[in-house]
Amino acid sequence: MTEIDPAPESTIPEIPALPERSILGVSVRTAMVLLVFVVAFTTVMALTYQSTIGPIEASTQKEKLALIGEVLPAGSYDNTLLDDWVELPPTAALGLTDVRRIYRARQGGAPVALVLEAAATDGYSGRIGLLLAVRVSGELAAVRVTEHRETPGLGDYIDLKKDKQKTRPWITQFSGLNLDAVTPAKWRVKKDGGRFEQRAGATISARAVTNASGRALAWAKLNRDRVFAAASGTRLN
Amino acid sequence: MSQIREITWNGVWKQNTGLIQLLGLCPLLAMSNSVVNGIGLGLATVLVMALSNLFVSALRSLIPYEVRIPIFILIIASLVTIVDLAMNAWLHSLYVVLGIFIPLIVTNCIVLARVEAFAAKNPVMASTVDGTAMALGLTWVLGLLGAIRELIGTGSLFAGIEMVIPSAQAIVILPEDYPGFLIAILPPGAFFVLGLLIAARNWFDARANQRARSQRIHVAQSAQQSAAT
Repeated sequence: MTEIDPAPESTIPEIPALPERSILGVSVRTAMVLLVFVVAFTTVMALTYQSTIGPIEASTQKEKLALIGEVLPAGSYDNTLLDDWVELPPTAALGLTDVRRIYRARQGGAPVALVLEAAATDGYSGRIGLLLAVRVSGELAAVRVTEHRETPGLGDYIDLKKDKQKTRPWITQFSGLNLDAVTPAKWRVKKDGGRFEQRAGATISARAVTNASGRALAWAKLNRDRVFAAASGTRLN
Repeated sequence: MSQIREITWNGVWKQNTGLIQLLGLCPLLAMSNSVVNGIGLGLATVLVMALSNLFVSALRSLIPYEVRIPIFILIIASLVTIVDLAMNAWLHSLYVVLGIFIPLIVTNCIVLARVEAFAAKNPVMASTVDGTAMALGLTWVLGLLGAIRELIGTGSLFAGIEMVIPSAQAIVILPEDYPGFLIAILPPGAFFVLGLLIAARNWFDARANQRARSQRIHVAQSAQQSAAT
């Protein structure tokens, strides 16, 4: 027998003709499956968000206070610092290109110090963020570098945490000075004829921080009364 | 049981992500500049990989084959978001350091690779073990890489440990006046040290193979000898 028998008609089960799957039909069906997954996992994320938002908020606040505590001792004021602020519009003198808050420390209602941010735009690799506390007397309580991308091991000594010199870190040499004791002409690194040290091989980082903190100090001295007078929570103009 | 052992051995050594598969090198190179950073990111990856393998494996019968990749990515991205939030809330100081790198776990191809190659085809238990073992393999390489780079670069170990354990402190290994060797900490150092680690592992393997082969030859020879006598 050379011819192959065709399969008997009866053994093929009757399959109801599937409706031709249109592109639209397939898309909708698949999209529904995807949607189910999206809804399920979004719910899980939302639940996590709900249960972490409290601790995250708390630790952000704590971190902020700890950072401020580095420039202004927590015992030197008695108001709720994080609630007593004014908004500062972008200020070129401080190197700021966006809105920042200035916090106002008070003791028994009397002004104690301003805690403000500033930035140096002329660092070795980009912006260097600073946090300063300036007492009403015009004295710089302390300054800290809050963000930078200076070369690790070379220019990053401006950051207290990265400074290898632990007994007398570079950034602390500014503490307790004011612009009367150190005139703006002297508020420079030694290489530029000023009085502040720089470390070999990384003058640019030091110069940027020194000049920016000097500028910020001058700004604070000039604007102190205006900042303290403004109502809390308002935008300074 | 032996299967579990095999999966674990595969992940931690034989198919090691960092040294053999060479997948997920982005965090490997960026975050291995100290032991603490390396192990921190490694452990976050362990969490994500164990969970993503677990979820995908458990849901594998519900996931249509044709759209599995978008769903895998959705699952991985959600889990990374959850780990990100959880770390921010409960391990905040470590999060400050690793923060920007945790979202990168989403793009770490090893996570998707194990989901696709293993979890989509295997039962829940085996998949979870696979994810954990693969990530642990990555973690020890990250830790070792971090240790070598940190030691050469700064002369100390465990810098930043106080972020995880407040009472602990970095250990200064080399004398205090060690000037540091900057390049070890910078990105090129990651490539150099990783290259050396891969070479070391290959050498280790080659030696083990050779020993096995010479042993085989030895056995064969002694068998011949005994047949001759």
